[in-house]
Amino acid sequence: MKTSKPDDVWNLRLYVAGQTPKCLAAFANLKKICEEHVPGKYTIEVIDLLKNPQLAEGDQILAIPTLVKKLPEPVRKIIGDLSNTERALIGLDLRVQNG
Amino acid sequence: MKVKQRQNTRSTLAKVSTGIRGLDEITFGGLPKGRPTLICGNAGCGKTLMALEFLVRGALDSKEPGVFVAFEETPQDLAQNVASLGLNLQDLLDCHLLKIDHVRVERSEIEETGEYNLDGLFVRLNYAIDSIGAKRVVLDTIESLFSGLSNTAVLRAELRRLFQWLKTKGVTAIITAERGEVTLTRQGLEEYVSDCVIVLDQRIIDQVSTRRMRIIKYRGSPHGTNEYPFLIDQDGITVFPITSLGLNHAAPATHLSTGVADLDHMLGAKGYFTGSSILISGTAGTGKSSLAGHFAQSVCRRNERCLYFAFEESEAQILRNMRSIGLDLARYVKKDLLRFHASRPTLMGLEQHLVRIYKEVDEFKPTAVIVDPISNLLNSGSGREVHSMLTRLIDFLKMKAITSVFTSLTPSRVGQGDDESAVSSLIDTWIVNKDWEGNGKRARSLCIVKSRGMAHAQNVREFIISDRGIRLTEITA
Repeated sequence: MKTSKPDDVWNLRLYVAGQTPKCLAAFANLKKICEEHVPGKYTIEVIDLLKNPQLAEGDQILAIPTLVKKLPEPVRKIIGDLSNTERALIGLDLRVQNG
Repeated sequence: MKVKQRQNTRSTLAKVSTGIRGLDEITFGGLPKGRPTLICGNAGCGKTLMALEFLVRGALDSKEPGVFVAFEETPQDLAQNVASLGLNLQDLLDCHLLKIDHVRVERSEIEETGEYNLDGLFVRLNYAIDSIGAKRVVLDTIESLFSGLSNTAVLRAELRRLFQWLKTKGVTAIITAERGEVTLTRQGLEEYVSDCVIVLDQRIIDQVSTRRMRIIKYRGSPHGTNEYPFLIDQDGITVFPITSLGLNHAAPATHLSTGVADLDHMLGAKGYFTGSSILISGTAGTGKSSLAGHFAQSVCRRNERCLYFAFEESEAQILRNMRSIGLDLARYVKKDLLRFHASRPTLMGLEQHLVRIYKEVDEFKPTAVIVDPISNLLNSGSGREVHSMLTRLIDFLKMKAITSVFTSLTPSRVGQGDDESAVSSLIDTWIVNKDWEGNGKRARSLCIVKSRGMAHAQNVREFIISDRGIRLTEITA
């Protein structure tokens, strides 16, 4: 199951639609998870679809917030405010490494 | 607030023409403008096509741009599927009259980690609508979301919000959905989209498939409540309002020559009444088609159009046979005054035949229609069905003042067929052909059983077919 390696970099893209509580929560939760598990080895790009609606189609975004893990592969979509840390770690391929 | 709005719009409910032949008639003008309409049905019943045709006709006929949100098919697949129906999507896409947004939801790629909503879908839809100024929107099939996302409570709430949002956006929308077992749609979407609900259906009866549609509900508007058969062919979808039209058609006092001078003479010297229905029945080989052929020629000679539905012979065969009795019908075919439609009765169900006849008549606009023989068609359905179909066919033709000639093959030499007794009450003029043996020869005879509204000959005439046409002579004993 585990595919990530020690030198992997987490290239993450968080899609939000304005500064709603859910979106803010998602960003805070994501930041916390990354700092805890992959400090210094991640990048987070936040895309606000209210400002750039044309970007929704490319990553097939429906739900907000959606986190797209571009790297390490495979690409995965994690939807929701990331409050369920357990599921977020599964989605980010971080569970085994720290479990 | 919702109630107030409805009251205001009730008296003048604005509608949007669908451009789909027949659908506007049974909805008295089209779909409710600025509101969502739900189309549900089982797989393969034509939902996607109907929705897409709504957009294409809107773009072509009304120059109204449309957005198609495809949850199931890719734009390439869609374009391919409808290309065979004469719809070219690429042109419309190039002219910004159509935009297809393919929304793909793959459960295996998605991890759900907490609260979310469907703002992404709203953003995409809003962007698509605004980018081409869309007036029409199709969501096909939005229920796919339920297989992609697990939180149905969120989905339901979001769909409710979405349909409400579509209303405030002012677009006329079609939402397609799969038929459910208990509810109309699998996810009970009819609870949220309740302005107009249309159900499509495909049934197999006696191994023949018939497509039908019904309007379950149309808030604030009258609508046809029957089941209407519809066709999907090279021109897209055609729905026909096939209810009996009633008995309020005009009764013209003008005549059309039968094409046989002697027969005209028997019918008060003038021929058939314009817009009347004529049945020519008889056993095999008694000259029914020949009479029909002469009538076709007589119509075409007046530079008027005649539509010939052949259920027994091919066009070429009929033309050849007519030539042998001195009728050159081929030249009228060339001039497009005479048009043949030859098909086997078993090719499709009775309803579909009826729909096809309607469609051809509407397109060709003939003065006269010949159905040769109607008996073959009658055998393809049950008695009640046949009677209802014929009533509607005859009513339809009479409303348009089209003169119709039906031939009917009587099975035995003795008596009249059951079919004919059922049909005869609907018929204005009934001609019976027979053959008989006597004086060492076999001969044909003709008599007019009835002809409403005219003094007709009562006696039986001998019916002589030669290469110079038909003669009807007094029988001398």
